[in-house]
Amino acid sequence: MARKTMIEAIRDAMDVSMGRDERVVVFGEDVGFFGGVFRCTQGLQAKYGTSRCFDAPINESGIVGAAIGMAAYGLRPCVEVQFADYVYPAYDQIVSEAARLRYRSNGDFTCPLVVRMPTGGGIFGGQTHSQSPEALFTHVSGLKVVVPSNPYDAKGLLISAIEDPDPVIFLEPKRLYNGPFDGHHERPVTPWSKHELGEVADGHYTVPLGKAAIRRQGSSLTVLAYGTMVYVAEAAVEETGIDAEIIDLRTLLPLDLDTIIASVKKTGRCVVVHEATLTSGFGAELASLVQENCFYHLEAPVVRVAGWDTPYPHAQEWDYFPGPARVGRALMSTMEA
Amino acid sequence: MTDAGMLRFHVPEPEVRPGGAPDFSNVPIPKAGSVPRPEVDVDPRTIRDLAFSIIRVLNRSGEAVGPWADSLSDEELLEGLRHMMTLRTFDARMQMAQRQGKTSFYMQHLGEEAVSCAFRKALSPGDMNFPTYRQAGLLIAGGYPMVTMMNQIYSNEADPLKGRQLPIMYSSKDHGFFSISGNLATQYIQAVGWAMASAISGDSRIAAGWIGDGSTAESDFHAALVFASTYKAPIVLNVVNNQWAISTFQGIARGGSGTFAARGLGFGIPALRVDGNDYLAVHAVAKWAVERARRNLGPTLVEYVTYRAGAHSTSDDPSAYRPKAESDAWPLGDPVIRLKNHLIQKGIWSDERHAQAEAEILDTVIAAQKEAEQHGTLHSGNKPSMRDMFEGVYEQMPPHLRRQRQQAGV
Repeated sequence: MARKTMIEAIRDAMDVSMGRDERVVVFGEDVGFFGGVFRCTQGLQAKYGTSRCFDAPINESGIVGAAIGMAAYGLRPCVEVQFADYVYPAYDQIVSEAARLRYRSNGDFTCPLVVRMPTGGGIFGGQTHSQSPEALFTHVSGLKVVVPSNPYDAKGLLISAIEDPDPVIFLEPKRLYNGPFDGHHERPVTPWSKHELGEVADGHYTVPLGKAAIRRQGSSLTVLAYGTMVYVAEAAVEETGIDAEIIDLRTLLPLDLDTIIASVKKTGRCVVVHEATLTSGFGAELASLVQENCFYHLEAPVVRVAGWDTPYPHAQEWDYFPGPARVGRALMSTMEA
Repeated sequence: MTDAGMLRFHVPEPEVRPGGAPDFSNVPIPKAGSVPRPEVDVDPRTIRDLAFSIIRVLNRSGEAVGPWADSLSDEELLEGLRHMMTLRTFDARMQMAQRQGKTSFYMQHLGEEAVSCAFRKALSPGDMNFPTYRQAGLLIAGGYPMVTMMNQIYSNEADPLKGRQLPIMYSSKDHGFFSISGNLATQYIQAVGWAMASAISGDSRIAAGWIGDGSTAESDFHAALVFASTYKAPIVLNVVNNQWAISTFQGIARGGSGTFAARGLGFGIPALRVDGNDYLAVHAVAKWAVERARRNLGPTLVEYVTYRAGAHSTSDDPSAYRPKAESDAWPLGDPVIRLKNHLIQKGIWSDERHAQAEAEILDTVIAAQKEAEQHGTLHSGNKPSMRDMFEGVYEQMPPHLRRQRQQAGV
């Protein structure tokens, strides 16, 4: 047991998986000798050799396409796309191929594949290093979509994803790599070494896909969040003094609807928070599900707080990012409605 | 300094359009037997000219000549002829079944039978093809049951794919036939990944990727070539150049590159062009490329020069974009007739035996069709259940799909 950063936890998950199962291979741009631009694969090539962990040409469609072929062969590839913003060349391979292979071949071929990618903003990455494309994947039948929010979950969820028989999109909130960022960009971030969720068990353990976690028990309002927004919501709740229940979804697909319904039926109010753009975002699905399943328990309209429907800006990063002030206002207005 | 003047936009055009006289004088056809056969461990840099020639074995008299001849026994040649004839008959019956409304769609191989039938015989058990929609010869020549193919085409109750796929998008892992996507070129890089996995695992099995001339323009083609080249993947990268991508002539995808095979040269991948209507040449080149892959010598790109004598699919009418007689003018002839003439020339076949074989094959195909139709066709008889529709999206059905299945009342 040791405190780890999210980067170390993710690396540990791959290390443990590669050690247990020689079918697990890891590759991507800068992933091999160097260990990835965020260092998530550091040391894996030295430990497992170049045929288990290696550098790939800069071609995301090629990386995912080759991984699909490997998965069909019987390996368990876990590939890295350097930034979620770069996944689009691989979108066809993910949507038309990985997601449908089991279905279209009636199980003759399957695709146990993990596509890891850093997601979200808050690092002054501009349009091409900040996007949150999760809704593009939750819309696709055949995929699973995971967004961890802390080192313990990141390791357990990634091991589950690697062991899963179907393709998993694993989105790593890069602003959380080193600490639980709560949106107060002007303040220093607490490192994971000082946070209880930085406590990561050694060796093999899993956090199951499809199970949410209640981060804060509360009775007046339910906040549905994932990734970085879990901590932004925590800050907003603390600053407004509202007794909110905060649900960290962890897996967007399959979704832990039972936990959501139980909470909203208890609190009667719901605010959905994500960093991705508002329109057709995953929040729309969440708001819909809450409405369909909890309508007669709701005392206020379901409110969404999300990134504005603009490309992710550079200079205006903190005007764009749905920080604790915006989330706090939504909580207050939902309580007053 | 030259006077550049106004810029001019260039769009390539085929030599002839409907109404014109077919003209293939721009397609240089080397004499059969004239292209050398290098050793498989040759330095790829020394055989670059093979990407611009055409390897041919059967000459106009039906004789097998030159260094690429003699890769097959008499029995194997007779079997090859039977495979091609079976595929052609199968196509004719299924084309007709589509016209009769028994299925929604069909794609035939007319004129291209040699490519997949002969290639299949160069593979070993366990090797994996990543085919396009026009390589059913891999299944026919691999002994896959015709009835099962028809069940898939009819999407009937015995369809191994449970009615989930368009007709002819077969899948059979046991027969080395990867699930056909229908999206173009995606399978090419997957084939490379499969081959990489085989090498990573210290296996002996190799992969074969398949793509058409038109789809070589897709980014995934280039991804496949760079990955295959970088990792020296044990793969044969097949390009079937049948001259037409639906209505678009091959010049649109090829651009200024002399040939499709030449695409391999920039990647350092040895590239060969072969007469795709010559069963013996296809087999000999396939065998050469397969051996290279198996011996850790890396990928080989093979361009099969052939001609799509039929329509692209049952939804296509070629008379709208190419002369009707173009197929007859194709200088490489018909693969079935060419092999038939070779076998007659060898004294092991005759017109009478050919006619008899045609009749037998037709009977076999009709019998298979009757059996398949007992399991239903697309719009009549039994078909996969609505419950099947919800199965197999994931290994374990997630809660949201279970709820939707309940909503649907199954």
